[in-house]
Amino acid sequence: MAERSTLNGAPNTQNRAPSTPQEAPGTPQEALDTLHGARSNEEWVTVLSQPGLRRDAALEDLHTLLVRGLGYALSDRSNLRESDLEDFAQDAVLKILNGLHTFRGESRFTTWAHKIAVRVALTELRRRRWQDVSLDELTESRNGGAEFIPDFLADPALGPEQQAMQQVILTTLRRLIRDALTDKQRQALQAILQGMPLEEVARRMGSNRNALYKLLHDARRRLQQGILAEGLSPQDVLSAFEL
Amino acid sequence: MLKKIVRALLSTRPADSPKLDPHKLKELVRGIMTTYPDEIDCDECYEQLDRFVELTLAGKSAAEAMPLVQDHLDRCGNCCEEFEALLSALRALA
Repeated sequence: MAERSTLNGAPNTQNRAPSTPQEAPGTPQEALDTLHGARSNEEWVTVLSQPGLRRDAALEDLHTLLVRGLGYALSDRSNLRESDLEDFAQDAVLKILNGLHTFRGESRFTTWAHKIAVRVALTELRRRRWQDVSLDELTESRNGGAEFIPDFLADPALGPEQQAMQQVILTTLRRLIRDALTDKQRQALQAILQGMPLEEVARRMGSNRNALYKLLHDARRRLQQGILAEGLSPQDVLSAFEL
Repeated sequence: MLKKIVRALLSTRPADSPKLDPHKLKELVRGIMTTYPDEIDCDECYEQLDRFVELTLAGKSAAEAMPLVQDHLDRCGNCCEEFEALLSALRALA
């Protein structure tokens, strides 16, 4: 594969964000121009589409830029390995080449390319962070319950009326989670509330991130409709929780 | 012997479910009560994220120009995390 051998031959560029601040360009627009570099969107797409020395040079520039960008994007991550930035940038460049026809030119090419690189990197870091955690550990799938919703919020600052209102809402919410949601919705909701990333929940359910978001959106709508059907207005509910 | 059996039984009994902390519970309630039929999903947000981040970098109000993307970022932890990482990278590179 020409791209891969070129990428493997790319110089080992800076792997971390530099500690000294860069010289700030004058205006936000100038800053974007600086980042974009010497190529227009059309030039990036044209050069990357045609095999040859110009493409090799562009691939090397892109790879170098993405390694630098990822260094900044991931500078606060604790679970990075030494080769991660190079590996993520390389995977991203391959995705960019494969998806070149989907670039619509609505942003700068380098912004679009960084978006892909960030998705590649964070997907892998999330997978790594959660790889040893099962859904069952986080959820009550064994009894299909909603026991994770507390009976009340112990807040002495609240008056008795507000506390009573919260209790009514929480009781309703527990019942609706138990009776109005599907097993999948209940399990996904609980896993997300326990902090598992959407795409990791989706992976364990044999689904994908987008489908899971829709499943949870449907769950939220069912819960909302159930609460409204009890005669509680959105304002009643939000103000009971000081939202 | 009896003690051993009791200890074994106790250790296999499912633990009580941990309760949601108040902050997450409030987040859940807010998420439910502010759900709209026309929310965009993760794919639609991702499609528009590069334009959204460029508006932000240019000092414009991306939230006003693209309210559905902002709404999705407020709801979806993964997409919001990606937006912030992308913004950090592009800001630092510029």
